[in-house]
This record gives sequence, structure tokens and C-alpha cells, in this order.
Amino acid sequence: MKTRISFAELSARERVRALLDPGTFRELIDPFERMRSPYLAEQRIVAQSDDGVVVARGTLGGENAVIVATDGRYLGGSIGEIGGAKIAGALECAADAWARNERTRVAILFDSGGIRLQEANLGILAVAEICDAIVALRAFTPVIAIVAGRVGVYGGMSIAASLCSASIVSEGARVGLNGPDVVEEEAGLAELDARDRPLVWRATGGRRRHAQGQATRFVTDDVDVIRAALHELAIHATPIAPIAPKIPIDPTLSLADFDRELGRRFS
Amino acid sequence: MIETLEIINEGGTPIARRAHIGVVASGNCELLIEPTSEPRARVLIRTSVRGYEAAWRAVIARFFERHPIAARIEIDDFGATPSVVALRLEQALEAAS
Repeated sequence: MKTRISFAELSARERVRALLDPGTFRELIDPFERMRSPYLAEQRIVAQSDDGVVVARGTLGGENAVIVATDGRYLGGSIGEIGGAKIAGALECAADAWARNERTRVAILFDSGGIRLQEANLGILAVAEICDAIVALRAFTPVIAIVAGRVGVYGGMSIAASLCSASIVSEGARVGLNGPDVVEEEAGLAELDARDRPLVWRATGGRRRHAQGQATRFVTDDVDVIRAALHELAIHATPIAPIAPKIPIDPTLSLADFDRELGRRFS
Repeated sequence: MIETLEIINEGGTPIARRAHIGVVASGNCELLIEPTSEPRARVLIRTSVRGYEAAWRAVIARFFERHPIAARIEIDDFGATPSVVALRLEQALEAAS
């Protein structure tokens, strides 16, 4: 019997290694390069040696590929100057490779709360560069977003994920611009009780986002299933219809009412 | 501010390869271990929790009593307990052997 390996329980580095063809993982700017954020120490935060971002080359179904991943365990997978530059740089290099007629497949593993507040404007600029690079690259090849970690994707990085050609989401991952705590803080308990975890997942979880037409594939939390979906979308690229909401969203509805409405249509 | 400590242990046998273990997250730490040409182990610690130098020295000393190695070790700590640090050291050594 086949044993299921949880993708969500792997570290960012292990996730990238698990998706690339066996034995082909080669990390760029690895932890031993010590490209740490220079801004965190003065804010009493210990910096991680890879700034929470993994960039690796390898092959995907025999084709050259670059996969980048954010580490949701480190400061919520937030994007600062260094990690953001690693991602944008990798995507820009891939676009340059295509411009030289070198095929390079691309996937981004999002597990991120968004911009790193401690690096403020530098994080915003980094996410803008990432968005630019995704748009430039998707003219050459499908850029695949995978949201299948424990954080999900929020804030500026949810915009980057939405710009990708196609996306793969799992049940445990959530996708949204504002996180539930922010929604509750800004709009009040009547809008959303952030402690109501079943509601948060029903309203923003991968299953719902897929049902809404905002994700291309809905997958179980299984490395083999996610790899197969990635191969299908990144390599055997049958033209992918742009991701577009299947139902109009009424902005006057509260999230709870929206949840009830969607539940009525999709259950 | 962040506290920085350096602990040196003289002598020891060289390790085979470098390894990277762990994560900078609450109650956890990241650890880099690398071979060195020096005949000693040099441990650099950066921690967000100040005032535990004695505990660090005790955990590191016990590790080198069990495993007299020559290596360069860097620990980025976010409030790992002594037992977690000890496990991370053992894990790093296993990966570097």
C-alpha cells in the first residue's frame, strides 16, 4: 500500500526537494551564504540564515526548472528585502533564460503572511518586483503557484499568487488579502469572528477558493498528488484558462453571509 | 538587544561535512555546522533571550563531553529550551557525520 507523505508537514526546503526530480535539487544562495536580513537585529529579532526563502534549480519531468519557496515557520513566511530579492532574482533569471530560448519551468510555493512589517517599504518594493517578474515570466511559461502549507497566502503575496498562470491549493491552506484577525479588527465581530476556525476555513480555505474558481487545482495534502498536479500544469501545459471568479461577489455581504450564500450554492 | 556568545572547545576530531538544521521560530533555533581547519570547536550563538549564558555554556560543554569534535557552529536562537538546543546539536552532528 502506498504511504501518503504530508506536504504541509515538510519544511520549505524539503517541499522543494520533494517536487523536483529525485537527486536534482541544487540550492542557490543557501543558508551557508548567510544572506540574513540586516534590519531585524535592531528590532530584537534573530535573523535566519536564508531569510526564510529557498531558491533551487533542478529538473521537473526532465526539464530544467526553478522552484522557490517561502518558509512559513520563520516570521510567518513574511517577505523582507533579502528573501524578496531572492525570489524576484530567480524569476528574472528564468525569464532571461527563456529570452535566450532556454526552457525553464517555474513554480512558487507560497506559505506567507505577506510583507514583513519590520521591513515595511522594502518588503512592499520586493513584492512589487516579484509581481513584475511573474507577469514577465508567464508570457514564456506557466508560472505555477502552490499554496499547500500551514500558513496559506495573505497580503501582498496573495496578489503575487493571484498573478500566477495557475494555482494548486490544499484544504489546509487559506488564501486571502487580509487575514482573519485583520478582518475582525477592521470590520468587527459581525463581519468575522477570527476565532471561528471552521468559518475561517470555509470562507478562505483551499476547497472554497477552488469552488469559487479562484484556484486551478484542489489537492489532498500529499506530496505525490501535488507533484503530479505540478507536472500537469507546468510541463504538459495545455492552455490554461485564466483564473476568474465563477460567481460575482457582492461587496456588501459580510463574510459570514457570503459563506452561507456559497454554502447554499456549492453544498 | 540580541545577545551574542562565543564558546570555544579545544581539540576534537574534524566533522565530515556541513549541515543545516532547524528554524528560527518560537521555542526553536537554527543551527549551521561546518568543518574547520582549526583544531577546536567554535560555537557562535545569537539569541533573543538575554541572561542565560550559564545555561548555554552547560549545554554546549555537555555536548562536547559526549562528542569531542572540531567544527564551526552557528546557532540562531528564538527561545529554544536547553533540551531543544541539545537535540538540535545531536541532529546537526548526525547530519554532518
